[in-house]
Amino acid sequence: MVKMTINGQSVDYAGDPEMPLLWYLRDERGATGTKFGCGVGLCGACTVHVDGYANRSCQMFMGDLEGAKITTIEGLSEDGTHALQKAWIDHKVPQCGYCQAGQIMQAASLLAENPNPTDEDIDIAMQGNICRCGTYQRIKSAIKQAAEEM
Amino acid sequence: MNIENVSRRGFMKGSAVGAGVFAIGVPMMAKATMIDQIMDQDGAIQMNLYLSIATDDTVHLTAMSPEIGQGARTAMPQIIADELEADWDKVVIHQAGPDPRLGDQGVGGSSAIRENWDNLRFAGAIARTMLERSAAEVWGVNVSEVKAKNHAVHHAASGRSLSYGELASTASRQEMPSREEVTLKTKAEYSLIGKDIGPVDGKDIAMGKAIFSIDVSLPGMKHAIIVRSPVVGGTIKLYDDSEALKVPGVIATHVIEGGTLPPQFKSIGGLAILADNTWAAKRAADLVTIEWNKGPNGDYDSVAYEEQLKSVVQQPGQTVIKRGDVASAMAGAAKTMSADYYIPLQVHAQMEPPVATARMTDDGGVEVWMPTQGPVGAQQQVAAAVGLNPQNPEELAKARIHVTLTGGGFGRKGKPDFGVEAAMLAKHFNMPVKVTWTREDDTRHGYYHSCCAQHLEAGIDENGKPIAWLHRTAFPSISSTFAPNVTAGSAFEVGQGVTDNPFDIPNMQGEVGEAIAHVRIGWFRAVHNINHAFAISSFADEMAHELGKDPADFLLELIGEPRLINPEDDGAQVMNYGRSLEEFPIDTARMAHTIREVKKMSGWGKELPEGRGMGIAFQRLFLTYVACVVDVEKTDMGIKVHDVYYVVDCGQAVNTDRIKAQFEGGALYGMSAAMYGDITDTEGSIDQSNFHDYEVVRMGDAPTVHVQIVDSDHKPTGVGEPPTPPFIPALTNAIFKATGKRIRRLPIRDQLDT
Repeated sequence: MVKMTINGQSVDYAGDPEMPLLWYLRDERGATGTKFGCGVGLCGACTVHVDGYANRSCQMFMGDLEGAKITTIEGLSEDGTHALQKAWIDHKVPQCGYCQAGQIMQAASLLAENPNPTDEDIDIAMQGNICRCGTYQRIKSAIKQAAEEM
Repeated sequence: MNIENVSRRGFMKGSAVGAGVFAIGVPMMAKATMIDQIMDQDGAIQMNLYLSIATDDTVHLTAMSPEIGQGARTAMPQIIADELEADWDKVVIHQAGPDPRLGDQGVGGSSAIRENWDNLRFAGAIARTMLERSAAEVWGVNVSEVKAKNHAVHHAASGRSLSYGELASTASRQEMPSREEVTLKTKAEYSLIGKDIGPVDGKDIAMGKAIFSIDVSLPGMKHAIIVRSPVVGGTIKLYDDSEALKVPGVIATHVIEGGTLPPQFKSIGGLAILADNTWAAKRAADLVTIEWNKGPNGDYDSVAYEEQLKSVVQQPGQTVIKRGDVASAMAGAAKTMSADYYIPLQVHAQMEPPVATARMTDDGGVEVWMPTQGPVGAQQQVAAAVGLNPQNPEELAKARIHVTLTGGGFGRKGKPDFGVEAAMLAKHFNMPVKVTWTREDDTRHGYYHSCCAQHLEAGIDENGKPIAWLHRTAFPSISSTFAPNVTAGSAFEVGQGVTDNPFDIPNMQGEVGEAIAHVRIGWFRAVHNINHAFAISSFADEMAHELGKDPADFLLELIGEPRLINPEDDGAQVMNYGRSLEEFPIDTARMAHTIREVKKMSGWGKELPEGRGMGIAFQRLFLTYVACVVDVEKTDMGIKVHDVYYVVDCGQAVNTDRIKAQFEGGALYGMSAAMYGDITDTEGSIDQSNFHDYEVVRMGDAPTVHVQIVDSDHKPTGVGEPPTPPFIPALTNAIFKATGKRIRRLPIRDQLDT
């Protein structure tokens, strides 16, 4: 049995220890805000917070998560009022929107560590998150706005 | 603004179509379909196919076409709402499934707004007229005395107003006015059209609540992963699934017959693994061993194929456009030039891989939730997959397609093969099944952007004036995916750049050479314009430098005086994206205008530091005119793309924010193709698999994109695809300016290292 919390809720997990957190979230818990993009940690669509840090949930295995505190996009705010979520809406960031939960979770982790990131800091932190629609320019503007407001 | 997705609603109800339904240009169906059901809900009164009004003042609008990130779910209802004089904050959007009464619902060819502009405006204006007539009746005044404005009808003389909610019931009983009886708004009267309106799903997306196809879950649903034939046309010879079946959570396997050639929209075929969750299915798929009959494409090798295509274009091909006498002009020219260009296969690599969920229904039908760019085509394919006759309307109606948000399309999701797979498996296992493609599946089993070899020649007279232009192209055709014995590009494909070339050169010839497809070829954002714009704008730049002319001014010289071009004058078939030249002429004045504007916008011609350069390119594509300047710098870390400048003339702009967004993203789509995109094939199998060997642009490489929209009174034309092709030669021309290195084969990747 592995015990962890997901968005503040206690979870006791007794299934396949090799199951990636991504598929547990999506298929077993119905928490589908976290997206599958590549399955090998190359695209960032599945980014969640594990103990406050951005991680690729496709590369986190359930058996290794004893005591972990996991936050997904659904747990970032109750009503979409996190400064990043508001900035995302203000800057009209999404096109298809598929990667954006991962982008926001990655950005939230950046701002938690570095409240005033430079352009270069943002580039480095966000380099692992692909947006095939090409919304990077607006993502960067939104992160800067959120940094100012936080 | 509220969102209601059809897929969250129940089945269609069998009631007759409500009062006031009208159909535009298509016959009415007797049976109510999904649209009628969603538009009848919550006491809302259906005014027409596109809108209902509830007594609480809510306006329900149909999103007739799928959202693939291009803004269709925002911009298309925006048009209806503007003509209706609706308050955008009181609008709820409903996504339509396939419905023949709606006409062309597909989102491909940058056509959604262009093909539906009139219908959407009239849908709003006709309902507005009915509301006005109804109010006039209530007040006993002449209809000319009343006016709809901001969600209510007003009688200025008496100061009275009635809200849309108050009027809906009586208005729906008004006789439907004809198009001739209603007055469309003038440009000055637009309240929503031409404005920056954010994506209607923006907040749901930011909260992780937006539902994509991959997020659909049904009671009792099982998950499937399919191990597909690595070669198109291949079939299973032997397989061993014993280890796979031992994986906890795995339920069963099933062979999907494949190997169909031409491949069409069928499943490629392979072994499906059904499991309780995606992870178990994926683990099991890795444990399956299969021996394949590779079929006729088993010896395809992309390196040899490239050499073959390049040699094809050294020889004359089939002439597709001929003006004057190129051979004589070349022979008499003071100077001749030639260059060869090559672009390899590309894969769409949209972030959401293909995925679909299907279940059989009690009436012997099937319903499928899928991210489709073409609901009508998807319905036909899904119907056929479960044995329903798509030609029989009643059987076709039993195949229900739920159109969800699409995690990127770019053309891939215009091919419903993944929906076909889900339907086949739901039928076979008789349970709800979700088929998820892995990233590796998406990379290896795509409908690829056609590789293309081109050979260009120019003749220049003693005064430095171009007098002859020869453009040869050879590429496996999209038609080969659908028809047997296709041996060369089709007219619609050379119509994307070769036969609609606007250059005012007295002798011009376009030719297409032989090319046989060995993989599935499909449309990819901007399609053949990518290849042809690359060659045309690159070669024009090469000519300008050779002649010591400014490349932007030289483009203007080549395009020449303001005039309308008719390819028929030069023996070419008019393609023009399916529209007439009368309605959408090839107008060199509009093309030249974007080039002059982008010069100003980018500061073209200004002094640049050593190692820095600007390049320019243009294209008229999907009836839209685009000019692009890219500003690059050679650094120790490689090429840095600083800024991209676009001027676009897409006629009347509908949603200026989504237009800008398409250009911001379309530049990066082109940049990924230019810098990295290279799908190769060995013994019939695609070599790449995931984002490590099919790289795309990431944030640190992304330039700043600046977009200027020409204020235009022409009819609106598309913007989803037009940004991508001109970016690529603008980039490579800038690289030449900055480094002296001419890029004639994509991707650029490490060509600048030496």
